[in-house]
Amino acid sequence: MSTPSRVITLTLDDREVGAHTDQTILEVARENGIVIPTLCHLEGLLPIGACRICLVEVVGSNKLLPACATKVTDGMRVITQSERLTRYRRRVVEFLFASGNHICAVCVSNHHCELQDMAVYTGMSHLTEPYRYPKLRVDASHERFVQDDNRCILCQRCVRVCAEIEGAHTWDVMGRGIEARVITDLNQPWGESDTCTSCSKCVQVCPTGALSIKGMAAAEMKKRKHFLAQYWTLKEEES
Amino acid sequence: MNRQTKAPPTEDKRWRLVDATMRRHGNRSAALIETLHTVQEVFGYLDEGALRYVAASLRVPLSKIYGVATFYHFFTLKPQGRHTCAVCLGTACYIKGAQALLDALKQRYGIASGQTTDDQKLSLVTARCVGACGIAPAASLDGDVLGKLTPDELVNRIEEATRHDA
Amino acid sequence: MMLEALRKIAEEHRAAHPPTAKTLKVCVAAGCVSCQSDQVKKALEAAAKKGGADSPIIVKGVGCLGLCAQGPLVISEPGATLYRQVKPEDAAELAAATKHEPVKRLVAPANQVFYSRQQRIVTENFDRIDPEKIEDYIAADGYLALLTTLTTRSPAQTIDELIKSGLRGRGGGGYPTGLKWSTVAKASGSEKYIICNADEGDPGAFMDRSVLESDPHRILEGMALAGYAVGAQRGYIYVRAEYPIAVKRLKLAISQAEKMKLLGPSIGGSSFQFTIEVRLGAGAFVCGEETALIASIEGKRGTPRPRPPFPAESGLWGKPTLINNVETFANIATILRNGGDWYAGFGTEKSRGTKVFALAGRINNTGLIEVPMGITLREIIYDIGGGIPGGRRFKAVQTGGPSGGCIPEQFLDMPVEYESLAKVGSIMGSGGMIVMDETSCMVDVAKFFMEFCKSESCGKCVPCRVGTAQMYDLLCKISEGRATLDDLALLEDLCDTVKHTSLCGLGQTAPNPVLSTLRFFRHEYLAHIEEQRCPAGVCKMCIPQEIHR
Repeated sequence: MSTPSRVITLTLDDREVGAHTDQTILEVARENGIVIPTLCHLEGLLPIGACRICLVEVVGSNKLLPACATKVTDGMRVITQSERLTRYRRRVVEFLFASGNHICAVCVSNHHCELQDMAVYTGMSHLTEPYRYPKLRVDASHERFVQDDNRCILCQRCVRVCAEIEGAHTWDVMGRGIEARVITDLNQPWGESDTCTSCSKCVQVCPTGALSIKGMAAAEMKKRKHFLAQYWTLKEEES
Repeated sequence: MNRQTKAPPTEDKRWRLVDATMRRHGNRSAALIETLHTVQEVFGYLDEGALRYVAASLRVPLSKIYGVATFYHFFTLKPQGRHTCAVCLGTACYIKGAQALLDALKQRYGIASGQTTDDQKLSLVTARCVGACGIAPAASLDGDVLGKLTPDELVNRIEEATRHDA
Repeated sequence: MMLEALRKIAEEHRAAHPPTAKTLKVCVAAGCVSCQSDQVKKALEAAAKKGGADSPIIVKGVGCLGLCAQGPLVISEPGATLYRQVKPEDAAELAAATKHEPVKRLVAPANQVFYSRQQRIVTENFDRIDPEKIEDYIAADGYLALLTTLTTRSPAQTIDELIKSGLRGRGGGGYPTGLKWSTVAKASGSEKYIICNADEGDPGAFMDRSVLESDPHRILEGMALAGYAVGAQRGYIYVRAEYPIAVKRLKLAISQAEKMKLLGPSIGGSSFQFTIEVRLGAGAFVCGEETALIASIEGKRGTPRPRPPFPAESGLWGKPTLINNVETFANIATILRNGGDWYAGFGTEKSRGTKVFALAGRINNTGLIEVPMGITLREIIYDIGGGIPGGRRFKAVQTGGPSGGCIPEQFLDMPVEYESLAKVGSIMGSGGMIVMDETSCMVDVAKFFMEFCKSESCGKCVPCRVGTAQMYDLLCKISEGRATLDDLALLEDLCDTVKHTSLCGLGQTAPNPVLSTLRFFRHEYLAHIEEQRCPAGVCKMCIPQEIHR
């Protein structure tokens, strides 16, 4: 834990690269221009390894490991692309589409949606499993924002940005399993939340149209996540 | 409205028990689950006032306490009936016919798991395994484990318990 | 307390309770308590009192006597006569019988075989001690291992002894316990924690409950020894709230041990200090997973996090943490008292020692057993378990709960070991063993476990959250005769994804019951799909209506 970071070498897809022991596989891959797809991960927030899109194979480990939450070790051999990984990633995207009501044509985030991008990336042109068609809530009680559970993929970015950066912790997850939902405060309408500062960070980091700014028409909602990078740069300068 | 205060939501003396639990754990946020256990034990369920009070006392965000309270099946946000019957749905009980018990209760009282009769007399819940597999199928009625039940026997035991109420 | 004082208490207590004394032992574990064994005990006490001082009879509560389905159970000593289904009205008769012949109509028929094939280490005290009396435990050599280890072994030597014993984690995974301990011992930092995982969540398993209710001090001693070996001063027992008797006895045991200074500061006059607290679970199966359990102790939603880092490096509050389950800790004191080599003498080469199983389902002798590793399933089911009731045919035995699988008849002669069970698609698990006969439909069994996993999934990772729900729906479709062979292929594909991509053990093993039933009972799936027929007659078919225009 308290051991200082060391410089090590590891192999990413047959390429030998240098890294620090406090880096994750994902960080090292990105530094070296290797693309590992991600969905719940967002640079600047603590990784949770929940979406499983960024799973990679590590030689010698019988389990697939999330690149976003796994630290590199000396001599590690990582495989980021394989037929097997592609198949699993596509299935996970299918799971997300099947468990919500994602109808791109009428969505505010059409063309600016990370879930949509991921469907394209994994080549998921249609679903091979049944849609679940859950009946979910749309909450438009907030004066500026809308929450649409039909489009939520439970990546918890909103929960994390609100707790870790804004410090309000208005969002959290209630229930469990397939019934889990993100909520504000005591599961009350967002507009009645005591703690929300209306800072819009949650809206900006939401990868889909689950959180959006009111009044947006289909395909109008572009998210602006650059504040996170700015926040951490400022923090670094302060220290 | 809805202001968070550190005074208990009501004058009820039972809040002292809740305070004692929190104090014993140094009012730290890690005491959340233990505290919710105490609240449920003394009040029977977790209502909004209780959640707000515990959240303020332990300095836990409201959304977090709601997330915790709804994550664990042991906690309930709704008042329960005067009697609670928990039918065990463990594997041993499943093999020995727990479903028949549930069906019988549904037929007799018109309630499914997680529901309470309109007269607030009986709540029906299912347990994941009460560890009484040796005497399956089992159910617990107000905390007492009953074993080797037939549907008729279970209904009789409940009738007996509810009959004594005014 | 110093070692000499402990020995003195043990001797005095043994002298007061000689084995020749007429004693009636009543099981006071949950199975028998739910059949009013507490009232039987009261009646026996009254009857004993009536007997007068000239022929004293000691009435005491003891732990689980194993044959849970036959409760309330009473043992009469000397002679070890086991009585079953005892009613309070029988008390006078039983008390009188201590002087002459046993009461025939109450003697349990399974008396002999059920016990003679067992090997008792974890459960050695069950029929000997009153779980609510620390003196009873001390008289049975309790806390002897702790106090002698503190003075005669270094922490490293303690771990060596454990490595020598070959003990593997009894929670299901079978990770070598000594190795786990030495990892935590080597982890840097002075603040470390010991956690006893008593969140026995497998439906159909009650081994840990029985140990906690029957011999709680054994767990405390095992944890304290772990604390000494790895350098931790604090321990937590995370126990299910569904086990009120276990919780009560644990709390009582902790306060008794603290009072005798067997827990707390400077134990046995050494510089070692150790305290234990109880934390209640709240009905979440996933909290049996190490990282989820830690989150729960920290007061959070019990959701797991990716490993590595493992709790041994970064666990409770980010500190090195040792987590073992109840049965693992229950082995520790006996191993250190008798030596690692002694323990390694039981079981097989790769699976040393004994294992406690909860035998339930369609079997004559339902109850709790402890057997040496390597025993065959047939011996367990037919010799100890007494076979299948009602002259029906054995179909499968389910081990490992929702993470395990169903083992068919052709493997009954297989030895019970971690590796052999894994080879046939099941796992050792924590010790639930559910016997099924021809009245069980394997599609329905798979559906039962998938429903369990679906509603116990924490919802954090996508494959487990959505995959278990999708698999459950497909199993419903199959069991109702509405499915096609394409659905079956999809089910197998989903099993593969969920198994390999889920975050924690719950999701990774959730497909096991489906995979193992598909492997050995595929014909039952096909009968549902192709013939809309349930061979066991369990599933209600939804007859497709022809559509008329």
